[in-house]
Amino acid sequence: MRPEQQGIEVAVLVSVGRHPITGRARRADQDARGLEMALGLEHQLPGSRVSLLHAGPRSEEGEAALRGYLGMGLDTLTLLEQAEGSDAIPALAEHLAAAPPQLVITGARAERGEGSGLLPYALAERLGWPLVNGLAAVEKVENGVATLLQALPRGQRRRLKVRLPAIVSVDAAAPAARQSAFGPARRAELAATAVSAEPDRELAEWQLAPARKRPKRLKIVKAASARDRFKAAAAKAEGGSGQVLEGVSAEQGAEAILKLLNEEGVLR
Amino acid sequence: MSEIRRRDPRREWIARNRLHPEHASVLAEQGGAASEWLGPNGVIRKNPRAIGFIGPNGIKRIDRSGAQQGGHAAGAARQAAQDSRRQVEIPEPAFLVAVVPELSGGRLSGHDKDLLGLARRLADADPARPGAVLAVVFGEHKEDAFGEAGIDRLLHLPGDGYAGFAPEARLAALTAVERELAPRHWLLPDSPLGGADLGRRLALRLSERPATGVWHIEHDDQAPLGWRCTARGAAESLDIQRPLPRVALALAECAEPVDETRHAAEPVSLVETLPSAFSRIEDLGQVAVDPAGVALAEAEFIVSAGNGVKDWESFHHAAKVLGATEGASRVAVDDGFMARDRQVGATGTWVTARVYLAVGISGAIQHLQGIQTCDKVVAINLDPGCDMIKRADLAVIGDSAEILAALVAMVEQQRGGQRDAA
Ligand SMILES: Cc1cc2nc3c(=O)[nH]c(=O)nc-3n(C[C@H](O)[C@H](O)[C@H](O)COP(=O)(O)OP(=O)(O)OC[C@H]3O[C@@H](n4cnc5c(N)ncnc54)[C@H](O)[C@@H]3O)c2cc1C
Repeated sequence: MRPEQQGIEVAVLVSVGRHPITGRARRADQDARGLEMALGLEHQLPGSRVSLLHAGPRSEEGEAALRGYLGMGLDTLTLLEQAEGSDAIPALAEHLAAAPPQLVITGARAERGEGSGLLPYALAERLGWPLVNGLAAVEKVENGVATLLQALPRGQRRRLKVRLPAIVSVDAAAPAARQSAFGPARRAELAATAVSAEPDRELAEWQLAPARKRPKRLKIVKAASARDRFKAAAAKAEGGSGQVLEGVSAEQGAEAILKLLNEEGVLR
Repeated sequence: MSEIRRRDPRREWIARNRLHPEHASVLAEQGGAASEWLGPNGVIRKNPRAIGFIGPNGIKRIDRSGAQQGGHAAGAARQAAQDSRRQVEIPEPAFLVAVVPELSGGRLSGHDKDLLGLARRLADADPARPGAVLAVVFGEHKEDAFGEAGIDRLLHLPGDGYAGFAPEARLAALTAVERELAPRHWLLPDSPLGGADLGRRLALRLSERPATGVWHIEHDDQAPLGWRCTARGAAESLDIQRPLPRVALALAECAEPVDETRHAAEPVSLVETLPSAFSRIEDLGQVAVDPAGVALAEAEFIVSAGNGVKDWESFHHAAKVLGATEGASRVAVDDGFMARDRQVGATGTWVTARVYLAVGISGAIQHLQGIQTCDKVVAINLDPGCDMIKRADLAVIGDSAEILAALVAMVEQQRGGQRDAA
């Protein structure tokens, strides 16, 4: 008696990426991972529907990049057409509010423009939905509650339960995206609708420049004398204040280590 | 005593003349080997032979720092140098700079300290009207040097409600801080565990457009807050210069950490009681991941084996029970006991573990280089004089196999006890 599994509506927000070396337009890495996760979910929950959404101007270069997502196995992509340099958030929020999906998947940061990673947060705030960042996997969806695995630094994972509808963002911890097939990408449809756009005036006022290399931090030794400076420069790394247990039994030694491990909370 | 100084040129001359038969007695009269005195023309004269001390190898050493004569005073001098931080109190701040440190592992991280350095720059810009740095700390912590890091006011919000992934509860607390204390600036670290998530939520709740990835700030009278910042954008490929907004998320090394002053870190509290926020996100806790699958460079807890490990079966068993990622010294790898990708050190992996347990590793410089950024180093070794002991925060002198076996037994007992209790 397996409970009836219901499919869910998933919207994946995608952007035009930028190849880190050549600077050419491509499908953005994190967004492609997000789509991969959505496709996995479709497989896991039969009857789910995945839709692709992009807001931005229509250009030849951008279109080729967007078709990269379609080549992963989708038929259409909804393009909310806006003038260059407009704010995508109101348009996306309006579109999502009009026909709310249960799950919205976005990348953590865009590869062009401000790339501040604010979009999922802004959408969550506008729609009033919960948001989970750094998603690694969707474990299951049951009765409108999703069980998710969130990626933590150092390869750790955390299990969360979120009430749907929700917004989740993925970063490099999510499974890598499948290849994009060129033929299906060409044949798929790009459904464009023009939407009203508010220009992003603030962004236009800022000065943008290619990233400069950040200055390396120098090890500044503040010492009164040449001798202290020399010692600081030539010294081996020393704990100095370390505690040394000598002539103790193995049990006592192990106890001291165990105490430290417990204090640091690394034992699980 | 009379102001007029009486001098005996002859005795001075004898004191300068090492070959004079009365040299020693005259020197003794003058109070030991005077190394400096006023010459006949009012010029300071020095006797280089009277200064310095005999070093450990029987060679005479001269310390020109003026700090010491002989090896004993050095420690005291260094002690004094460490205590030379200036105490700073800001009783009536003109404004507040709020900082929410990430406190990974319960302590201020390097990133947090850089961020506090940045906060101090904002607070101390105008010496006539200094601001105060307010740190908001969630949950339990183990830090005791908040003042040294540059914190004037400390708002500690204890409670289990903030543990784990609780963005909604934390956000509710920060909005309460905003209502009551209205800081002029909000600074958070742009780091995955700490402020990257919370800072963005906070900014949107306060209807501010935050600057993310900030790595540099400078004065600018045109800007609303008097500062402009440089931030990374577009996947690290763009530098964005813009006026500093109220909420900023800064990268590591955005400023120098505080190292000359000590601040009060005076506890403050909120008047209103925080409502326990209804959360739509439930944290089910961390998932056990296979420690062997975690990349060595980012593992949190590493047990590393060297030439001092003889019983490899029990070493692997111990690593498994402790739930630690395995590392090795080069000798262990070269001898074929461990895989090449497990080697820690200059020619292996540079690790960043919070706890590094070195079992039977002597601490060659090539190995120590690889563990420079580890927080706590624990050493198990037979030799109390080896370099690893000097580096270690806790060292146990004894046989590695016995100590590991005892440790494994204790951990298993502790776990068993917990399970019984649960
Ligand atoms: C160019 C170059 C690059 C190198 N790069 C690296 C590198 O990246 N990483 C690296 O690790 N090394 C590196 N080395 C090698 C390094 O110099 C040392 O040789 C090596 O680190 C020593 O390993 P060890 O501490 O395990 O062995 P040893 O120096 O033999 O130390 C063994 C320790 O175990 C203790 N011991 C013995 N028996 C027991 C017992 N029963 N219980 C407890 N303790 C016991 C001993 O007291 C001793 O302190 C490099 C060397 C060179 C020349």
